[in-house]
Amino acid sequence: MKLKGANILVESLIKEKVGAVFGYPGGVVLPIFDVLYDAPLKFILTRHEQAAAHAADGYARATGEVGVCLATSGPGATNLVTGIATAYMDSVPMVAITGQVKTNLIGSDAFQEADITGITRPITKHNYLVKDVNELAGIIKEAFYVARSGRPGPVLIDLPVDITLGEAEFDYPKKVNMRSYKPTFSGHPGQIKKAAKAIKDSHKPVIYAGGGIIISGAEEELFKLAKKALIPVTTTLLGMGGFPETDPISLKMLGMHGTAYANHAVTESDLIIAIGARFDDRVTGKLDEFAPNAKIIHIDIDPSSVSKNVHVHIPIVGDARDVLQKLNNIIKAPDTSKWLERIAHLKKQYPLKYDDTGDIIKPQYVVEQIYEATKGDAIITTEVGQNQMWAAQFYKYTLPRTFLSSGGLGTMGYGFPAAIGAQVAYPNKTVFDIAGDGSIQMNIQELATAVINKLPVNIAILNNCCLGMVRQWQELFYKKRYSHTCFVSGCPDFVKLAEAYGAVGIRVTKKEDVAPAIKKAIETKNTVILDFIVENEENVFPMVPAGEAINRMIGGMA
Amino acid sequence: MKHTISVLVENKFGVLARVAGLFSARGFNISSLAVGETEDPSVSRMTIVVKGDDKILEQVKKQLNKLIDVIYVKDYIRKEHIDKELILLKIEVDKKNKTKALNIIKKSPASIVKTTADTITIEMTGTQDDIEKLLAALEGKNFRIKEMVRTGRIAMEL
Repeated sequence: MKLKGANILVESLIKEKVGAVFGYPGGVVLPIFDVLYDAPLKFILTRHEQAAAHAADGYARATGEVGVCLATSGPGATNLVTGIATAYMDSVPMVAITGQVKTNLIGSDAFQEADITGITRPITKHNYLVKDVNELAGIIKEAFYVARSGRPGPVLIDLPVDITLGEAEFDYPKKVNMRSYKPTFSGHPGQIKKAAKAIKDSHKPVIYAGGGIIISGAEEELFKLAKKALIPVTTTLLGMGGFPETDPISLKMLGMHGTAYANHAVTESDLIIAIGARFDDRVTGKLDEFAPNAKIIHIDIDPSSVSKNVHVHIPIVGDARDVLQKLNNIIKAPDTSKWLERIAHLKKQYPLKYDDTGDIIKPQYVVEQIYEATKGDAIITTEVGQNQMWAAQFYKYTLPRTFLSSGGLGTMGYGFPAAIGAQVAYPNKTVFDIAGDGSIQMNIQELATAVINKLPVNIAILNNCCLGMVRQWQELFYKKRYSHTCFVSGCPDFVKLAEAYGAVGIRVTKKEDVAPAIKKAIETKNTVILDFIVENEENVFPMVPAGEAINRMIGGMA
Repeated sequence: MKHTISVLVENKFGVLARVAGLFSARGFNISSLAVGETEDPSVSRMTIVVKGDDKILEQVKKQLNKLIDVIYVKDYIRKEHIDKELILLKIEVDKKNKTKALNIIKKSPASIVKTTADTITIEMTGTQDDIEKLLAALEGKNFRIKEMVRTGRIAMEL
């Protein structure tokens, strides 16, 4: 059957079982939007292309499926860039489709022309400029395969307008065969045996689990390993939800704003079992002093992550779930009883805490109350900065895909559109964006998207009237010279802003009103902004200063 | 330390930009890069000389392998191989030193492409060492090089 390129695109998306497309129209994508007009495909119109990319990312992280966004050429495409880079850094499967000027105009500085494949080359797993409509279906098939397989990532397809208007025989390929792309899935049995022996011989093992646990669906195997061998588990920011933080052997997050007990445990450890993590500088601190006495096992699907930052003793390249399954079959538990006593002692000595004696609402208290109201059965997204770290520290994540946050790129403005994406995927789930008054203003226009699509997203603004994390660094390292971080003349009235968009706005200034406001927001079937007026100069502690060893933390100690 | 690596890539639009972009984005140093078709027209070969220690070489190889259009990456460490490059050289001469120049060239594997009253154009294929030797010999006698063109190294396992 002969179809136009635009129809081939939409039919292919349907064949890929795409649940929702997030995007924004424009000149050269008119043929695609004409097909979308009556296609059986959910399309969510955002108010900015950046939000479309983040929403597709949130949808992907919440479901594990490929997120799809669509934008026009030139500025539409460049507006996607931050969202694509965010997805790339955090290994999120995404297909971004951009319109492009006519093939014969490419390179002529035509209206709304941008070399988007050139621009996105270093921030995509792969990208395509389609030059022949006959190749379109095959490219889409490949793009989805590349995006979701191996270490997932964003793939961009640039579609010139004449390609979407041209006709070709449509036959969606059933299989992909790429001689140049064959990710390793199964771990090497010999290496797995070595790992099992190292675990058996260890006295102070620690599992350091990253986002790879969640991507590969390895949470049950991780739980089995940790429980069978009695090994404490710390996770990265992106690994949160991969192991229940309510469990006594959970150490919560490690690194710059991790728990002191996780950082001490890693430093004292004699065996680090890194799974689906990449030894990021926010995790390791000063590299030479990271787990100085430990052997390192590293399980990762991306060979280039292995021995990139730290020397690894036992590398195992493969899918985390596959490797852990095989490891669990042969593992013999080491004797960690003394180590677990030490861990219990560390947890008692250095609990996460904050001073909650004053009248002013503490941001940490708000996060705790959101946990109390949801008991972990909610999807939490965050913006970036203090709000993100408090959301990581004071909520207990027990389920995978319930914590969505821009870890690698640290993108302010991520949380709200990501919450929209998650809510589109799960209309009946409670979704909270834990935000700051700075970050929320980066994509605040999406209130329109949320309200119009009847998405009951809750935005909890921890409003300290400043760019808190940068202000914290200025307080600690720049002699309190608060250069352009404090909104002296104040923030917009978020309650009125919510109302202007048709959402619900609730301002909370008293501690006793926090829990009832959260309860009311959850019960409200509309988008809600909770504007919590919190302590201005509250800091995130503990904190490892940049470049310092992770066991040398400041603040928040007993 | 310099390493020669050979990268087989899909002969597709943009692949050179992907490889070159990877080097600049990750801060790796390229000494030379030679690209050409192989016996299979759908495959190109890039021979890249990289500066760096073993750890960097390892990362370069892994990162190259991560590119979707890269089919195969190998290095020539501990492998019997031949590597060559081609140099074209135009040197300035005058009546007095022309014979001296011709003598140096005669003793080297280089050949003469063209001579004029005040220049000699030379072509030479050889290992990097051979070429450096010729250059040193010419510079040792204070010959001025008007123009130099080098291809970058290509290599083949034997």
